[in-house]
Amino acid sequence: MDILNGLVMLANFVLIPAMAYGAQLALGALGVTLIYAILRFSNFAHGDTMAFGTAITVLATWGLQAAGVSIAPLPTALLALPVGIFGATALVLLTDRAVYRFYRAQRAKPIYLVIVSMGVMFVYNGLTRFVIGVDSQNFADGERFLIEPRQFKAWSGLDQALGLRTSTAITLVVALVVMVALFRFLNRTRTGKSMRAFSDNEDLALLSGINPERVVMITWLIAAALATTAGVLYGLDKSFDPFTYFQLLLPIFAAAIVGGIGNPVGAIVGGFVIAFSEVLLVYPLGGVLRYLLPEGIEPEGLLQLLSTDYKFAVSFAILVIVLLFRPTGLFRGQTL
Amino acid sequence: MSNRTGMILAYAVMAVLIAGTGVLQSWNSALNILNFCLIYAIMSLGVNLQWGYAGLFNVGVMGFTALGGLAAVLVAMPPVPEAWNAGGPRILAGLALGAGVIIAAMLAWRRLPGRVAGWATAAILVAGFFAYRAVFDPGVAAVESVNASLQGYMGGLGLPVLVAWPVGGLLAAGAAWAIGKVALGLRSDYLAIATLGIAEIVIAIMKAEEWLARGVKNVAGIPRPVPDAVDLQSSPAFVERAAALGADPVTASTIAVKLGYSLYFTVVLIVVLILAQLALNSPWGRMMRAIRDNEVAAEAMGKDVTARHLQIFVMGCFLVGLAGAMMTTLDGQLTPGSYQPLRFTFLIWVMVIVGGSGNNYGAVLGAFLIWFLWVQVEPLGGALIDQVTSVMQDGWLKTRLIEFSGQMRLLVMGVILLAMMRFAPRGLIPER
Repeated sequence: MDILNGLVMLANFVLIPAMAYGAQLALGALGVTLIYAILRFSNFAHGDTMAFGTAITVLATWGLQAAGVSIAPLPTALLALPVGIFGATALVLLTDRAVYRFYRAQRAKPIYLVIVSMGVMFVYNGLTRFVIGVDSQNFADGERFLIEPRQFKAWSGLDQALGLRTSTAITLVVALVVMVALFRFLNRTRTGKSMRAFSDNEDLALLSGINPERVVMITWLIAAALATTAGVLYGLDKSFDPFTYFQLLLPIFAAAIVGGIGNPVGAIVGGFVIAFSEVLLVYPLGGVLRYLLPEGIEPEGLLQLLSTDYKFAVSFAILVIVLLFRPTGLFRGQTL
Repeated sequence: MSNRTGMILAYAVMAVLIAGTGVLQSWNSALNILNFCLIYAIMSLGVNLQWGYAGLFNVGVMGFTALGGLAAVLVAMPPVPEAWNAGGPRILAGLALGAGVIIAAMLAWRRLPGRVAGWATAAILVAGFFAYRAVFDPGVAAVESVNASLQGYMGGLGLPVLVAWPVGGLLAAGAAWAIGKVALGLRSDYLAIATLGIAEIVIAIMKAEEWLARGVKNVAGIPRPVPDAVDLQSSPAFVERAAALGADPVTASTIAVKLGYSLYFTVVLIVVLILAQLALNSPWGRMMRAIRDNEVAAEAMGKDVTARHLQIFVMGCFLVGLAGAMMTTLDGQLTPGSYQPLRFTFLIWVMVIVGGSGNNYGAVLGAFLIWFLWVQVEPLGGALIDQVTSVMQDGWLKTRLIEFSGQMRLLVMGVILLAMMRFAPRGLIPER
């Protein structure tokens, strides 16, 4: 019984939240890594692309709610997501046209593009604040729980409760669908294959008649769609704040680099590595271990390894370890 | 128009702008702008060293600024003896233990043979972490419980605040060395990402570690290098002199205090500028630019690119830390919550890019110009939006614009940066 209680507690406070957070990070890191693979720079504006797409989705959600449209028990935001994706893709394509294309034509060093993307980041952030303001917005509606903690307790007779929030379940399902679709696209379709070819060897790809501007455009489209999806899922799970997405930038970069930047599988694995490490180190494990370990060696106290203030330090520490020992990442991403 | 006359003209315009603020608004606000301009000029020189001379992209300027500010507290605030006695030695022992663990782990990794090394390193780190927490945590609790509402930290060393300025630089340089050691020599974006991380973490530490500098409870009343305005007002000699100049003693005293700061800051800026100019024109400066322009060729000529990059990265961060300590001295308080990436990282970059990367005079001019705009454009932008919205129909756009008028800086600074990068990438005063 103790072991069951311990496992339930671990699942409730560590495994399920870390899965959801990991899926959100993985979607974000996929966007960063795709941009890196095709356009060959680290896009600092990715966090604020998420913020902008999410802001549009929130506005569309309000519109739908005002019109009385609902898909309860699912949150209305899912219905509004395509609008957000449309807004974000329009924005990034416009940006590419007005900003990035100039540097691409010049074959500027990647670091220039990084600086430019920082400028774009601030413009996006300003736009986000313009369309939705600076306040925190809660836009999740529909059923709150898929598995109610209290009902679970009554049903199982355990001391510990297990709750599965709707937003968590949606995050996992949506992330899975999106990832499967993305890999099918990259591996099976002509366009996806041309993207991979372009990423592997730009000159050869050009020689074989691949249109670079088309590849770049599709990359931006996918990255913006992924960013908006990740942003909306994160916003449903927590709440929408225009500035939190800037803070997600560090874990997302860390995830992409841990997996091997430029490698989509790596981005997904990296997202989960970062999320699980963060949640495990910040969650007080004392309670779980008291259930799991036999009497006599069970620990006292909270056993919280790091205070929550240092969440970001976890991604940073992992990043440093990877840079020191395996700069190409777990899955051998691109190196240059 | 030659480069030189253009530069003199640009600086003359800048002087007119600041003097104009003095005449039209007040000399107090003009001096306020000037003081911040001087500090930002030093930061801008630091970032220019990194970007202009070496092509390194540092996104963590905020973190290094904050480390400088921390130094101002740790050096200049009077010590809190009760807190020291309660937990000081324990905290120091904990920190020393932590450092020892890291060194031991590094030695184990390097010296031990193959397969053993990984496990031994991991074991040392895990055991060391718990030992460190066991020593460190009680010390922190003891210190933070001492007179928590007013102190709750160990205080500083009680030295003159001017000492804190170079110390702030050294603190930032130390952090820069560690981060540069990890991230330099890899792909150029990695330094950007790593510095982004270190800045977040420095701020997190300064907010959370209350034993160090009271965290989010802030430290106020950092000693000043200049006399206090209130003291001046009560000094008969000063009041007499102010009266002789025909000035109100209250205004005169605040202006005198600000002028005192300006004097200190100008001296520091001039020294830094001279050194930077000498460095730029020395064989070392030529080598740095050669590396920036073609790393492969420079490496083939026998230059150690990574070591040179580390060197210049540390030097640039020293300047940023120095300026950070000066800024905290000017503010008279350390408020970790006020460090925003927009104002302490991004703004500096706009200054360097606008002024002219690779040119020290350009970096200084950029700092002056952009800070002036930062202060003065905000009210202008607000007034403009008021004008526009006053003739508009009520509606979504109008309410959004009114709410947004306080947030204009983000957008404006981003657009300035993008426009400069695109249309005048060499800046106002280009590199020769």
